[in-house]
Amino acid sequence: MSARVTRSTRASRVGTVVAALALLVLAAAPWWAGRADMRLMGEIYLYLSLACLWNLMAGYAGLVSVGQQAFVGFGGYMLFALTIFGGLHPIAAILAAGLLAAMLSVPIATLIFRLKGAYFAIGTWVIAEVFRLSFAQIQALGGGSGSSLPVGVVKSLAASRSGREALSYWLALGAAVIVILSVYLFLRSRRGLALTAIRDSEVAASGLGIDIWRTKLEVYVVTSAFTAVIGGLIFSQKLRISPDAAFSVNDWTAFVIFIVVIGGIGTLEGPIIGTLVFFALRETLADFGTIYLMVLGLVAIVVMLKAPKGIWGLVRDRFDLELFPLSYRVRKRD
Amino acid sequence: MPEVLSLNALDARYGDFQALFGVDMTLAEGEVIAIIGANGAGKTTMLRSISGLLKNKPGQIVYRGRPIGGLRADVVAHLGIALVPEGRQLFPSLSVEENLLLGGKVGRPGPWSLEKVYDLFPILKERRRQASTSLSGGQQQMVAIGRALMANPDLVMFDEISLGLAPVVIKSIYDALPGIVGEGMTAMIVEQDILKALSVSSRVYCLQEGRVSLEARTEDVTHDQITQAYFGVVA
Amino acid sequence: MIEWVGAIVQGTLLGGLYALFAAGLSLIFGVMRLVNIAHGDLIVLAAYLGLSTTLMLGVHPFVALIVVMPLMAAIGYALQRGVLNRTLGPDILPPLLVTFGLSVILQNALLEGFTADPQKLNGGAIETASLAVGGLAVGVLPLLTFAIAVAVIAGLQWVFYATALGRGFRAVSDNQDIAQIMGLNKAHVFGLAMALALAVTAIAGILLGMRTSFDPAIGGGRLIFGFEAVIIGGLGNLWGTLAGGVILGVAQTLGAKIDPGYQVLAGHIAFLVVLAVRPNGLFPRVEH
Repeated sequence: MSARVTRSTRASRVGTVVAALALLVLAAAPWWAGRADMRLMGEIYLYLSLACLWNLMAGYAGLVSVGQQAFVGFGGYMLFALTIFGGLHPIAAILAAGLLAAMLSVPIATLIFRLKGAYFAIGTWVIAEVFRLSFAQIQALGGGSGSSLPVGVVKSLAASRSGREALSYWLALGAAVIVILSVYLFLRSRRGLALTAIRDSEVAASGLGIDIWRTKLEVYVVTSAFTAVIGGLIFSQKLRISPDAAFSVNDWTAFVIFIVVIGGIGTLEGPIIGTLVFFALRETLADFGTIYLMVLGLVAIVVMLKAPKGIWGLVRDRFDLELFPLSYRVRKRD
Repeated sequence: MPEVLSLNALDARYGDFQALFGVDMTLAEGEVIAIIGANGAGKTTMLRSISGLLKNKPGQIVYRGRPIGGLRADVVAHLGIALVPEGRQLFPSLSVEENLLLGGKVGRPGPWSLEKVYDLFPILKERRRQASTSLSGGQQQMVAIGRALMANPDLVMFDEISLGLAPVVIKSIYDALPGIVGEGMTAMIVEQDILKALSVSSRVYCLQEGRVSLEARTEDVTHDQITQAYFGVVA
Repeated sequence: MIEWVGAIVQGTLLGGLYALFAAGLSLIFGVMRLVNIAHGDLIVLAAYLGLSTTLMLGVHPFVALIVVMPLMAAIGYALQRGVLNRTLGPDILPPLLVTFGLSVILQNALLEGFTADPQKLNGGAIETASLAVGGLAVGVLPLLTFAIAVAVIAGLQWVFYATALGRGFRAVSDNQDIAQIMGLNKAHVFGLAMALALAVTAIAGILLGMRTSFDPAIGGGRLIFGFEAVIIGGLGNLWGTLAGGVILGVAQTLGAKIDPGYQVLAGHIAFLVVLAVRPNGLFPRVEH
């Protein structure tokens, strides 16, 4: 009897096929889904992307940020600024926003990485507040009351309304796929292994010669860039931006944290499940407004206390499932 | 002599790692026993279990007829079991006197008080306002012992009290032990320094890889028995 | 010139309020290494409890403290024993995420109970009274706030370093296992620390509510001010926290002097500058 070491499992191979088929069906949504459903699905994809990115930071790199709204809002504002004043095509502006966010995140990281643990979290919030207050001072972008995307810019995306809606939908779907794949491939890479080592034990990881600070910086920069791109996409759909909406801690961080915690932090599957649960709850309970948010907070607390690995953690422990094969398994060979 | 403490097939584990396997032990009123064994034999784990820092099945540890294996450490402390932990572990934010006062927190009646501890270790009185970390290793050990005595325990457990101390300091501390135990206390002395441990105890237990490998009266035990129990090989 | 001096004086007094926001945060971090994201919302909760008490009993907000302080302390003890103690451990995620969830729950519960309309505590004549000091009119309420902050910090300092309770706080903070062996129930000690922290928060909430109007959404901002005061002053140093609050307050009033829109921003920038130049704060605790 011999054994081999493998990452893939039957579940993960089946999962890949199912995911590819599902992706095809979803990509064809403009031909089978209604306008409202497409909007909702687009929103789901963007939240899914934010959740995956936050999960990479908090669940894998130990960077628990409550200030990612800084980059969501920054991406949104850059879309407006670069199209209105720079004359860029909206998609180019969104990509440029990601690049600018990456550049901006380096000096920010050198500052707030000095704060440890929970203080790091509040530090990121301060940064987000600095962004919000600063953009509120820019009168050309409407100051505190914000501004709308000019019709010309909107039309440059696609001439017809249905064309724009399909494009927005595909952009959101594409963004989600790219984010999930990037996070997955990153975690499988040498860097990803380093990250897992850091999460398991910082002391041991530094003993193995892993530059912890640098690895965390890379994660911070990459997630910031992606988050800004997602922010650009969000506000390209909303067509209107204001400092309070762009840098909302509830919309872009609280919900995202709840999604990841409920789904399962530190797992790739968690954000996907969390996003589905979150939207299912929202679509059924949204009429209750504040009660809905209280329920959401309560569910997150109960999950954190009773099942810290979330819904996916419960499922995985019971069935030994892994849809994204990250761990190595030793398997008997006949 | 009535039994103070008994361990009944005590198993202890840290998560998946089992450190103790079915340890049986008894301790009578006023008795001093020595626990010896190599590093990793499970001595400190046993003390952590008795003091309540590790949870066990209630009946595996019985104190004066009462199962205490599942009790919290602070409840165990109030019942009269005190520990002088390995490496002293004084509170660095507290002065010498504050460390001692904290030991008296359980408020059990008995002979030990701040004055009695200062009588036993006069140097501590001189240094009582100092930060506990500013003392020498031996003086810190005196604080750790005094802190445990302040609780007026019925049973006091000493974990490696001579570790890292100069021989002359070890001697002075062991010289003080009869004065402590003479107050009617029951004691358990965990030591690497086998001869020192045997010199103050009436019975000895040796632990090896989490199991009791020897139980004997100190006066009867031979060098070969200890070597075999300690290392698990016949010399 | 005199206007700038006035701004600095006002900022200093405002710093007293920020130090009160910070003191509770600093206390619980010191004892149990917990950073409570819901701290700001608890300050706002105290303000609303003050509002309810003044309306129901028809008393002055200061008198309402007799009700609100024990109430907040009880809430703190229950919260700690019921929820927060379960989150403490080597992993920083559970306390962070649980208090974050708590913050959202509190905010929305207040929204449900009191609506989003801004409220204010009516302090009466004391709100507008002022003293003339060398050509400056200094408000009595800000002056009183600052004096209370100094008294609270001196009181906390005394509890910490001169009482058996404080001895227990420090012992548990140093080494939880050994403290437990000495007969301290750490769950209870942590509960008492949170009770004390929220009693201070009650004072902060009442003073906040008399100074400005408040609504359920402002908790996050108060948490940030308190946090900035703690970091500017240096972790684990209560008097440093007061200094941190003063620096933050002065930065804000000077910023507001330049342009009202810069008030809060100037405070954040002062914080970031301190973080860049002195990452351990201006007055870090000296380990003895």
